[in-house]
Amino acid sequence: MTQASLPAHGNTGRPALFAVLAGLAALGLASVFLACLFGPARVPALTAVRLLAGFFGVDASGVDPTLATIVRDIRLPRAALSWLVGAALGLSGGVYQGILRNPLADPFTLGVSTGAAFGASLAIFLGFTSIPFLSALGLDPVPLAALAGAMLSLTAVIALARAGGGTRRETLVLAGIVTATFLSALISLLKSLGEESVAGIVYWLMGGFAGRGFGHLAVFLPYFLAGLAIIVRYSRELDILALGETQARMLGVKAARVRLYLLIGASLLAAASVAVAGVIGFVGLIVPHLVRLALGAEHRPLLAASALLGGILLVWSDVIARTVLPHGAELPAGVVTALLGGPFFCLLLRARAMGRT
Amino acid sequence: MTNAAAMIEARDIIAGYPGREVLRGVSLTARSGEMLGLLGPNGAGKSTLLHVLAAVHKPASGTVVVDGRDVFSLTDRERARRIAVVPQRVEVPFGPRAFSVALMGRYAHAPAFSGYGPEDEAIAADALREAGAIHLAERAISELSGGEQKRVFIARALAQQAGVLLLDEASSGLDPARAIEIHDLLRRKCRQGAAVVIAIHDLNLAALYCDRMVFLKDGRVAAQGTTAEVFSKEVIERIYETSPELVRHPCLGIAQALFVPGSSGDR
Repeated sequence: MTQASLPAHGNTGRPALFAVLAGLAALGLASVFLACLFGPARVPALTAVRLLAGFFGVDASGVDPTLATIVRDIRLPRAALSWLVGAALGLSGGVYQGILRNPLADPFTLGVSTGAAFGASLAIFLGFTSIPFLSALGLDPVPLAALAGAMLSLTAVIALARAGGGTRRETLVLAGIVTATFLSALISLLKSLGEESVAGIVYWLMGGFAGRGFGHLAVFLPYFLAGLAIIVRYSRELDILALGETQARMLGVKAARVRLYLLIGASLLAAASVAVAGVIGFVGLIVPHLVRLALGAEHRPLLAASALLGGILLVWSDVIARTVLPHGAELPAGVVTALLGGPFFCLLLRARAMGRT
Repeated sequence: MTNAAAMIEARDIIAGYPGREVLRGVSLTARSGEMLGLLGPNGAGKSTLLHVLAAVHKPASGTVVVDGRDVFSLTDRERARRIAVVPQRVEVPFGPRAFSVALMGRYAHAPAFSGYGPEDEAIAADALREAGAIHLAERAISELSGGEQKRVFIARALAQQAGVLLLDEASSGLDPARAIEIHDLLRRKCRQGAAVVIAIHDLNLAALYCDRMVFLKDGRVAAQGTTAEVFSKEVIERIYETSPELVRHPCLGIAQALFVPGSSGDR
């Protein structure tokens, strides 16, 4: 048998995979554009195209300035944010499932979301909902408080796990549960103490993209990019870590350290997502599952596709969340993802089970 | 093989887990071109010793030296270029392709940033071919049978191009023909200069392939020497507490042990 007659087994020779990823990316960009067309005010598609093309130097003068504001300053940042948050959650969930070697892990397994919720609740409780200096910069202090809370709780989880005998998976998950339970109790305490702020806290906890804009994007992006960079750098190690820490060390991976880096990367994404959009379930848990069923379990294609699919899913969930109720009322986007995703996943599992027998 | 004169040596290893001492002063040496069998009853410490040799389990005292260097002073990557391990069993929650698993053997060789190159992919494919697993390359490791997975993990170890190969039950779960194939392959690797240490339960297979044997019992070396020296009725009786009958292999003349039902513990 000659070398040439053998099938190629390189990772480079997988054009089908590349096509899938390129298709998802194109679909994502198209979704962000289409999302700009939906909402209480009717915006003709052509007008939206002209307005968005205006960012690239195309002349968009003569368009109704109200429509321009709606498309450019309200709908576009919101759609872009939902896309990026969806991508962050899909990516983060895929990484968590890989490092914890547990298909039930999601971006919130280690208590990052509860930390963020506590940070936000505390800010609302103390009345720090608008600080003139930050507002002037277009920043809302609540997401910043949420982000700080998430980072603090992640630090606490890692410190607790280390004190409990290293960053083993079980210890990490346990430390996450303990921290989350403690912080949940504190949130309940804040709710019971602050009667005026209860509504604000509950509303924030429901999550969603109502009223989110460029300020939120500005809070989100640096953390998104940092988390993404860490994950891209260590994605090769993630495949090896998924076989277990001992295996990884035998192959030359600094397992404990790399896992910590990946954990931080994934948690940065989760924390930034919760900070700007509240707790949105389902995407981080189910999207990596779906992708794994379709593309297999290798992390680089898995993470890329999870990010792209998560983004698309959340853009459309948000479109539904803001259009399904009459008179401009909105549902939290997280409710939509769970309501649509749960039954869909059941159907998928059933179809798979039937396909096997 | 990159290390033609590979050699691994353990001295006075005392190791265990909190509250349980497993190895109580074990020394052994495996040289280039030699297949060393690690035998002994369940719980004798074979797997722990392999983990110490692979430097993933730190002993309470004692040293492990590979190619003249303390394994615990090597970086993970340096060590993985010298010592490759085939585990007894790997739990695979998610299934990367067999090819990707073999490619993981190249981790310690590939540059940290640019990742695996075409050369690494060629080496991984060659390793799969050598382990008789190339036809499995595109299948998910989690979908393979135990024996097929074993061959993929052997391919991964071969891709590491390490001078020292450590195998924990290389042939467990394999049918006799596959087991022979795997051990023939290991013997070829020895001929090419590798030092091979196999923890093995199948005494007769060990007698056919191992140049030397080390019997562990209760965390100590209970017997060691060339296979001809130590593979005897007396040693097996003493270590396994059962009385076998020894016969000669009809083709090779090597001693083989036949066990007698009901003889365990009746010395």
